[in-house]
Amino acid sequence: MAVVRLAQHLQRHVPHVEFRVSGATVREALDAVFAQCPTLRGYVLDDQGAVRKHVAIFADNELLNDRRMLTDVIGPSTEIYLMQALSGG
Amino acid sequence: MADTIHVSTRKGLVTARRQSGEWRIDPKIDFLGQPISLSLHDPRSGYSYACVNLGHFGQKLHRTRDGGATWEEIAPPAYPPQPEGVEDICPMRKTPIPWSLQMIWSLETGAEDGQLWCGTIPGGLFVSRDHGDSWQIVESLWNRPERKKWFGGGYDYPGIHSICVDPRNRRHLSVAVSCGGVWHSTDDGATWEGRAQGMRASYMPPDLADDPDTQDAHRMVRCPGQPDRLWVQHHNGIFRSDDNAMTWHDCPNGLPSTFGFAVAVHPRNPDRAWFAPAVRDEVRVPVDNRFVVSRTDDAGKTFQVLGSGLPEPPGLHLVYRHGLDVDDTGDVLAMGSTTGSLWISENGGDHWERLSAELAPIYSVRIC
Repeated sequence: MAVVRLAQHLQRHVPHVEFRVSGATVREALDAVFAQCPTLRGYVLDDQGAVRKHVAIFADNELLNDRRMLTDVIGPSTEIYLMQALSGG
Repeated sequence: MADTIHVSTRKGLVTARRQSGEWRIDPKIDFLGQPISLSLHDPRSGYSYACVNLGHFGQKLHRTRDGGATWEEIAPPAYPPQPEGVEDICPMRKTPIPWSLQMIWSLETGAEDGQLWCGTIPGGLFVSRDHGDSWQIVESLWNRPERKKWFGGGYDYPGIHSICVDPRNRRHLSVAVSCGGVWHSTDDGATWEGRAQGMRASYMPPDLADDPDTQDAHRMVRCPGQPDRLWVQHHNGIFRSDDNAMTWHDCPNGLPSTFGFAVAVHPRNPDRAWFAPAVRDEVRVPVDNRFVVSRTDDAGKTFQVLGSGLPEPPGLHLVYRHGLDVDDTGDVLAMGSTTGSLWISENGGDHWERLSAELAPIYSVRIC
């Protein structure tokens, strides 16, 4: 199963550390996470279901390519990190 | 008389209370470290709401029914899916307007128990009929063709910052948009008409300056005791309406300037209103660096500068659009600045006392 880990900054608002879920894409994995924790969705995705402008998602240390549909393919043991993007200065 | 003030700051929700005749700031700060853009107390239900703008993780909404002992997070308004092929472009910047909640900019109670109105950036009005459990966008306003003319003032996108429900018939309401004029509904938001006739925008080319759909109302308030009287602090002046926003009249004698963001109106005397003047546009500091409040007692014919208890210059304090409020007696005023000071007046602004100069930047004060 893929592991989805939350950055510490995100844990402050959503009291979870990680989830173990299945899915063939980042979207499927995150949908499984959101099914367990609906509140988290609005912290990671915007109203249109795209990744929030200031959120970064890594899958096996690679930044997500498809920030709108989250179609990046993952494997059965992929580690996904949900983090705040560095922006500004 | 009011005994509680909710102060929305960049670093949490601060509460001031009057105890034994003295105002004190509660040592407990809710949402410590988190930017609070706005709060609302609904006396009908007992709920208080806090709008938490987390930046990275978006705009959040929380409510409490026990005076802040416990808060629960509820879903904020969400925009409908943007149909494929439908363009929504800011006319000023020619950039796409996201169909996505950027910020809650106004929150008011509606006609029925549990009904809330919520104004947002970009340009949205939402309604809830269940104390915020669920929200629906008011499509009748969102789909107005004139919305294509709205653009952002201080923010990248236009937004609804003022919602004035008519106490005579709470299905009647007016909203003000920066920059998109004033809109009025007499059927609980089912239909709308523009009502910014008489306002003038000097930031537009002269031939377009009178267009009601691009007026930058910074803040609009309605007199509860005489609801046909509304006041607007506009980017280009102070405007007054005597006919429920049908027409607006410029009040050019504002002192020491007619620029500012905030306005408050006396609950029963429609001719008395307060402003927090500043130097316009890119400067946005008090005139001559002297921080004052101004008050009119004659419907905007003349203005009085009120400085008693306010700091000596230089004082670079600025009051945002939701940073000035008056209680239901008309005597108690609360005012919060971007510099983190909170002032109270208990005599209609004749004298002010600074309750704290140590807070984070203040976005909103609400007396409740």
